[in-house]
Amino acid sequence: MSSRFPARFLALGLIAALCGCQRENRQDWNKPHARAVPATSPDTIFPGGAAVPPLDARAASFEGNAHVIARGQQLFATMNCSGCHSHGGGGMGPALMDDKWLYGGRIDQIAASIMEGRPNGMPSWRGKLTDQQMWQLAAYVRSLSGQVRKDAVSARADEVSNTPPQTQVKREPVLPADGPQ
Amino acid sequence: MTTAADKAKAPPIDVPRDGPDLTGPKLEKMLDKTWASPPGFIGWLSSVDHKDIGRRYIVTALVFLALAGLLAAAMRLQLSRPGNNFISPARYNEIFTMHGTTMMFLFAVPVMQGVQIFLTPLMIGTRATAFPRLNAFSYWTYLAGGCLLWVAFLLNIGPDIGWFSYPPLSGPQYGIGKRADIWAQMVTFTEIAALAAAVSLVATILKQRAPGMTLARMPLFVWATLVTSLMVIFSMPSVALASSMLLSDRLVGTQFYNPAENGDALLWQHLFWFFGHPEVYIIFLPATGFISEIVATFSRRSIVHYPIVVLSLVGTGILAFGLWVHHMFATGLPRVGYSFFTAASIAVSVPTGLQIFCWIATLWEGRPRMQVPLLYVVGFIFTFVIGGLSGVMIAAVPLDLQLHDTYFIVAHFHYVLIGGAVFPLLGAITYWYPKFTGRMMSEGLGKVSFWMIFLGFQLAFFPMHIAGLYGMPRRVYTYPAGMGLELPNLLSSIGSAVVALSVLLFVINMVKSALAGDRADSNPWDAPSLEWAAASPPPRYNFAHIPVVDSRTPLWDAGETISVVHGLRVDDRELLLTSVMSAEPDVREPSAEPSPWPLIAALALTVMFVGSIFSPWAVLFGAIPVSIALIAWFWPKSPTPHPEPTIA
Amino acid sequence: MTLRGAAWALLAILPGGCAGAQNALGGEGAEGSNFVQLFTVFMIVCAVMYVLITAGLLIALWRRRQPLTVEDRRHHETSSAIRPALIGWTALVVAGLTALTVASFFTDRSNAANSASPKLSLTVTANQWWWDVEYQSADASRTVHTANEIHLPVGVPAQVTLKSNDVIHSLWIPNLAGKQDLIPGRVTDIQFVPRKTGNYRGQCAEFCGIQHTLMALDVTVESKADFQRWYEAQLKPAPPPATPQQLAGYRYFATRECSSCHNIGGTPASGQIAPDLTHFASRRSIAAGTLPMTRANLARWVADPQAVKKGNNMPTIGMTDAEVDSVVSYLETLK
Repeated sequence: MSSRFPARFLALGLIAALCGCQRENRQDWNKPHARAVPATSPDTIFPGGAAVPPLDARAASFEGNAHVIARGQQLFATMNCSGCHSHGGGGMGPALMDDKWLYGGRIDQIAASIMEGRPNGMPSWRGKLTDQQMWQLAAYVRSLSGQVRKDAVSARADEVSNTPPQTQVKREPVLPADGPQ
Repeated sequence: MTTAADKAKAPPIDVPRDGPDLTGPKLEKMLDKTWASPPGFIGWLSSVDHKDIGRRYIVTALVFLALAGLLAAAMRLQLSRPGNNFISPARYNEIFTMHGTTMMFLFAVPVMQGVQIFLTPLMIGTRATAFPRLNAFSYWTYLAGGCLLWVAFLLNIGPDIGWFSYPPLSGPQYGIGKRADIWAQMVTFTEIAALAAAVSLVATILKQRAPGMTLARMPLFVWATLVTSLMVIFSMPSVALASSMLLSDRLVGTQFYNPAENGDALLWQHLFWFFGHPEVYIIFLPATGFISEIVATFSRRSIVHYPIVVLSLVGTGILAFGLWVHHMFATGLPRVGYSFFTAASIAVSVPTGLQIFCWIATLWEGRPRMQVPLLYVVGFIFTFVIGGLSGVMIAAVPLDLQLHDTYFIVAHFHYVLIGGAVFPLLGAITYWYPKFTGRMMSEGLGKVSFWMIFLGFQLAFFPMHIAGLYGMPRRVYTYPAGMGLELPNLLSSIGSAVVALSVLLFVINMVKSALAGDRADSNPWDAPSLEWAAASPPPRYNFAHIPVVDSRTPLWDAGETISVVHGLRVDDRELLLTSVMSAEPDVREPSAEPSPWPLIAALALTVMFVGSIFSPWAVLFGAIPVSIALIAWFWPKSPTPHPEPTIA
Repeated sequence: MTLRGAAWALLAILPGGCAGAQNALGGEGAEGSNFVQLFTVFMIVCAVMYVLITAGLLIALWRRRQPLTVEDRRHHETSSAIRPALIGWTALVVAGLTALTVASFFTDRSNAANSASPKLSLTVTANQWWWDVEYQSADASRTVHTANEIHLPVGVPAQVTLKSNDVIHSLWIPNLAGKQDLIPGRVTDIQFVPRKTGNYRGQCAEFCGIQHTLMALDVTVESKADFQRWYEAQLKPAPPPATPQQLAGYRYFATRECSSCHNIGGTPASGQIAPDLTHFASRRSIAAGTLPMTRANLARWVADPQAVKKGNNMPTIGMTDAEVDSVVSYLETLK
């Protein structure tokens, strides 16, 4: 009477496997990443039509990971990013939830912007946050414009509602810096 | 209302019915054929026989007990000495969450419902439950929920927020990933399963009792089942609502538990514990039913003061709904309100105290036979009463404010749950084993198991009272040295090893006995209630003829033969419905045939619920296969001729 | 036997019952001592009930025991003694429970009366996984801001307002009083009336995430004079660094990652989201009761907090040994 029927388990296992372990991976935060600016470039026009530099190797471990995005969300609040960027809508600083990226919208380009600072008021956070924290912020910023798979973001923070539910945000295209405004 | 003229016009009665000219082996052969499940694997999946479903529930629940027990062993290993790093903090949080969730949702309630589903029709003298396909659906839904939780745990996406999952820790911001969603959706599965089973049991008990079995003559276990099932119906919706609201917060950003937007973290606690407190009585009251039946049989007399026991059951069931805030004494609610819940929480022990008196009085007035089931009753009283008394202590606010969320509470609830539910359950399994399987469990091995588990339990859990008083909070993966916690924790860990071994021994006894135990006749214990009139194990149709009862102990008072009623069809599944209060025969009612649609509906529901963890669209699109399955399930069968009018 | 005597007898039979800085049987605060007394009352009544029930059971089994094979008439008559026994038992149970309930109510009233007029006011805000402590004062320039520790003057009722910045926590200092939850979006409070000086320990008692286990705090109950001394010391800003190594540590702290989160009064390091470190070296422990305050432990913590308390919010930066040494030297000056 206790023989298991494989079909049911297979179905459930498949569904569960699709859930993805990458999303739930708790990162080791005691392995500080090398203190190097990502080898990337903020713009996408190169003389002679050269290729855009490849995605930094570290990007894979920061994309689509719910813990990373949650830490980034926390840092966004505690480091007062909303002072300039509001909650993604922009103010003194540019909006982060739209499709316009002055210095590139890939995770490594965003991390580089945070690390190096940018003209017109974006401070450099090198030495103020660890590399890992800056990548976590970059991952969260990506989620504001819907670039991240929906099962890795949380719908809302436990604060006054200031964004639409993050699980419902439409994915914005990441336009090149000099693309149509 | 039929008149003589109508009766004259009615078509002739020509279907085979049991009666003086259709009885004995010829009748049994025809009933066997009518009530058989279809052959093969599909037939096995389509069975709606309450005995099959009851056995499946029990076996599945015991598997979950073993899995949760392994997790407990892991925790005790981690806590056996201070500063241990056998298990990482994150993994430990998952383990204690899985242990509590599995024990409460996947073992305790389902095993009680499983025994209830198996025994209730036999005890009241009918052939099936009221809604057999709903029972089958309830089992498959329960199995799906359990598999969801455990597959997630094995894939390292299991919940880690505690078995009652308080927001904001389980909310969208701090409950990272999909772990809390899996927990919340598992609750939905098990709540639907429990509700389905409860509804079926209430209808069965109220409408299908044997003629003459008035409510005042019902076995006490059936009373316990009735009260418990009504409690399930009133309490489960609360937790289903709470978990659905949590899922909604996490999936689409509603604000139910967000204080910044006028939600409230305490809303969860109220809704959860409004279910959570009755839940523990849902687990405990069926165990009191076991005790009543075992005490009566092994004292060789009926329970003393039966009406008091019934009133105690009902009183406990009602009072249980007024206690929930005692889980929230530390949350800063108004102190005047707390006083009410202190008084109610202390008062709820009075009915149980009366039941205990009645059991001891029955043993006092009877001729007790110390066999294994009665040993478990003794173990129950020695253990549960300690848990009940520690419960009286923590009902008092000044005491609870020190002891809440410490190992004192862990000790308390294990004393009441293991002492008050598991010991009676082990006694009940031993007692009804011949009914489940047709064989007797080994008496010698049973006695060894009992003493091991009883003594091992005391060693494992009594020191936890001390650990709590000495400052050890709950849900910690380690503790500092020098606080006096080393000895209690070491003793607990050793005791837990003894408990684990004794459970293993019990299971070995079960398996060995199922394969090679002494064969049992229909009433090996000389017990009084109706289920012992059927064979061991009962045939598919339970009883060849529906019995008539005129006392609380029909098998003792009937002498050589039991009165029966005649007239049920044997070529089609038919039940006799009786009136609610006085159990007079009312109508003959067809009973559902085996069907694969409950399983298919449960599968469709599984897809819908698991999908809705990831996307709200799954609720919409998932509803389509569920609707199709339900339509197929409820599609009316072409009616076979039923010429009988209702009995005037 | 007096109640106090019974309480001491109870403590005596429990091994090590009188010891412990985090012990509910300590009774060093007003509410804590009420707990010990009420607990003793309940224990006596409950023990009597337990003995009655188990004795009744054992006698019932013993007096009519029969060999397994004896058949007997299954009967339903009940002897006439049972009904009065039932009534007597019910009366006893109800009387006992009523007495316990009344005792509980009186203890509640006593606790409320003891903490009726607090003289000292604190606010404790819980975070994952540390305690932010602020002493209120009518003069705003005399508020003291510290973390993971509470000092209390003996005999002075203190009112503690409880808040949370993230999830539900619970403040439990068992030697002094019961616990109270800290719930985001709500304000709760707890009162302490410490009666004996000493060093105690409190711990979070509501599961709050991965490091709930390592969220404790040091509680010091001292004479009023000592408390005043401590308070005045807390009001001073941090002392300036003296040696070159301390200066290097100070520079690192004030200009690098540390100051993004931590505050040291009187320096540019004014982060608000991590424990205040102005008088860090005067505390008994590091990381909310996780490690005792020693130089070696400080170095261990600063170099790699994730190894000590995995998953907590302080990142491992990857400092060089020299940087760790200099920062630790500076931190040690923050008395």
